Amino acid sequence: MSSIPTRHSEILVVGAGPAGLAAATAAASTCAKVTVLDDNPGPGGQIWRSGIASASITRDPARDAAIRCFRESKAVLLAGRRVIDAGPSQTLRTFVEETGVIETFTWDRLILATGARERFLPFPGWTLPGVFGAGGLQALVKGGYSVAGKRVVVAGTGPLLLAVAAHLQEDGAQIVAIAEQAGLGSLLPFATRLLSHPAKLVQGARYRAALSRVPYRTGCWPVAAEGTAKLTAVLLTDGSKTWTEPCDLLACGFHLVPNTELAVLLGCKLKDGCVSVEPTQETTVENVYCVGEPTGIAGLDAALVQGEIAGLAAAKAETQAKALFKRRDREQAFGKGLDRAFALRPELRTLAQPDTIVCRCEDVRYAQLQSQPSWTDAKLQTRCGMGPCQGRICGPAAQTLFGWQNTSIRPPIFPVPLSALISEPNSRETTQLQETL
Amino acid sequence: MPRDLCPPVRVQIWLNGASLEVPEGTMASTALLAAGVPCRISVAGEARTALCGMGICFECRATVDGIPHRRTCQLPCHEGMRLETQP
Repeated sequence: MSSIPTRHSEILVVGAGPAGLAAATAAASTCAKVTVLDDNPGPGGQIWRSGIASASITRDPARDAAIRCFRESKAVLLAGRRVIDAGPSQTLRTFVEETGVIETFTWDRLILATGARERFLPFPGWTLPGVFGAGGLQALVKGGYSVAGKRVVVAGTGPLLLAVAAHLQEDGAQIVAIAEQAGLGSLLPFATRLLSHPAKLVQGARYRAALSRVPYRTGCWPVAAEGTAKLTAVLLTDGSKTWTEPCDLLACGFHLVPNTELAVLLGCKLKDGCVSVEPTQETTVENVYCVGEPTGIAGLDAALVQGEIAGLAAAKAETQAKALFKRRDREQAFGKGLDRAFALRPELRTLAQPDTIVCRCEDVRYAQLQSQPSWTDAKLQTRCGMGPCQGRICGPAAQTLFGWQNTSIRPPIFPVPLSALISEPNSRETTQLQETL
Repeated sequence: MPRDLCPPVRVQIWLNGASLEVPEGTMASTALLAAGVPCRISVAGEARTALCGMGICFECRATVDGIPHRRTCQLPCHEGMRLETQP
């Protein structure tokens, strides 16, 4: 009953963020038949997430131009689809939440542009209503949440903090503090490197100027979120003194974690937690390419040029792709600088108290995990990482806290209702997913 | 006409049985947030609201039009949508 015929694409792109859009547009320019799958309701991914018409979001000309080029290309976007499984014979399966249907797609070449998520680290009170990811709060504001008049602390690490603070302020929030855990000693070399990326320097300076009245503290991090039913204050520290910052909302994220689940499921090799790629962006699996943050957190400009390279290479326009290598390498070097500048300080591993929840899906507390020797043991003994997010939030946290590696990725890589799987019809081949079940 | 001058279209939704009007396109998660209504009650009984805002963390899952476990941060409100805190 929920059967839909298998669809075939010469080039199938997963993810309609900047990297995926660039890949699809470039590939479609060579007349290849391109389909893009995305989980979100529309194109743009996270950094180019579209806002609702009534939200006061500044137009982003680069975003608008990229989406216009994509729309003018022959590439087709199928939104609202979660990729849940990669079967044999170059198939992907998606779950359409709106209809409850599972669809099958086949491809000749596959481009993974699955983006990144925020890293969260547990501290007392981080599960309180009023505590959000930094990019998380920004996404919610784009979705219509009003922060006008609200006192907001922006904390954690990474270049995203400044951007988020500037946008929230533009939306009427009162930013009471920005707490960047990285010390000045690691940020200064990064700031110097920015001199060779003038556009990024200008953008950073613009954010800083907009926030000139907001204290931007480096070497400063949150130790606890306070409140009973909801957040009322954040406890901040600079390592020597600790103080209370009363606020309504906390926007807190510790840089980004690449979304590598689908790549791993397909058999692509990782290096240092990121998908290993050739100069053409091809992974260790033939005909599977990977672009943007999963190959290493390097930001928007790197994602765009990587996308373009993969799109062209996958469409066999290698000469055009090669012309872009130099620009890509420069942008990737910028990413390496990010990793160094915003490396997590060891004190962040000591924030969780025995009763602090680490796994929010299953409410597993720090004390329950302390005695576990590995991620697998933690899963089996405590259900940590066994909830609907499948360890996407607590996995990177546990990695930071305990050094555990999450190596097992099994389908479905996102939860699917059993009803959809049972009525799922079509494929005569036994997929990996059905074998698992 | 500039965007700011167009009055946004509003849709009526139901939040734990109470009627509410929100601008069309508002994400269900933000309608819950604005009303101070939790998306779900956790295993240990805590009220939870959206965290990541991008469909990854599943903290914003709620019962939508009778279907449980819907991620409200990926779901724009539509006319007559019924949102309920997921026990």
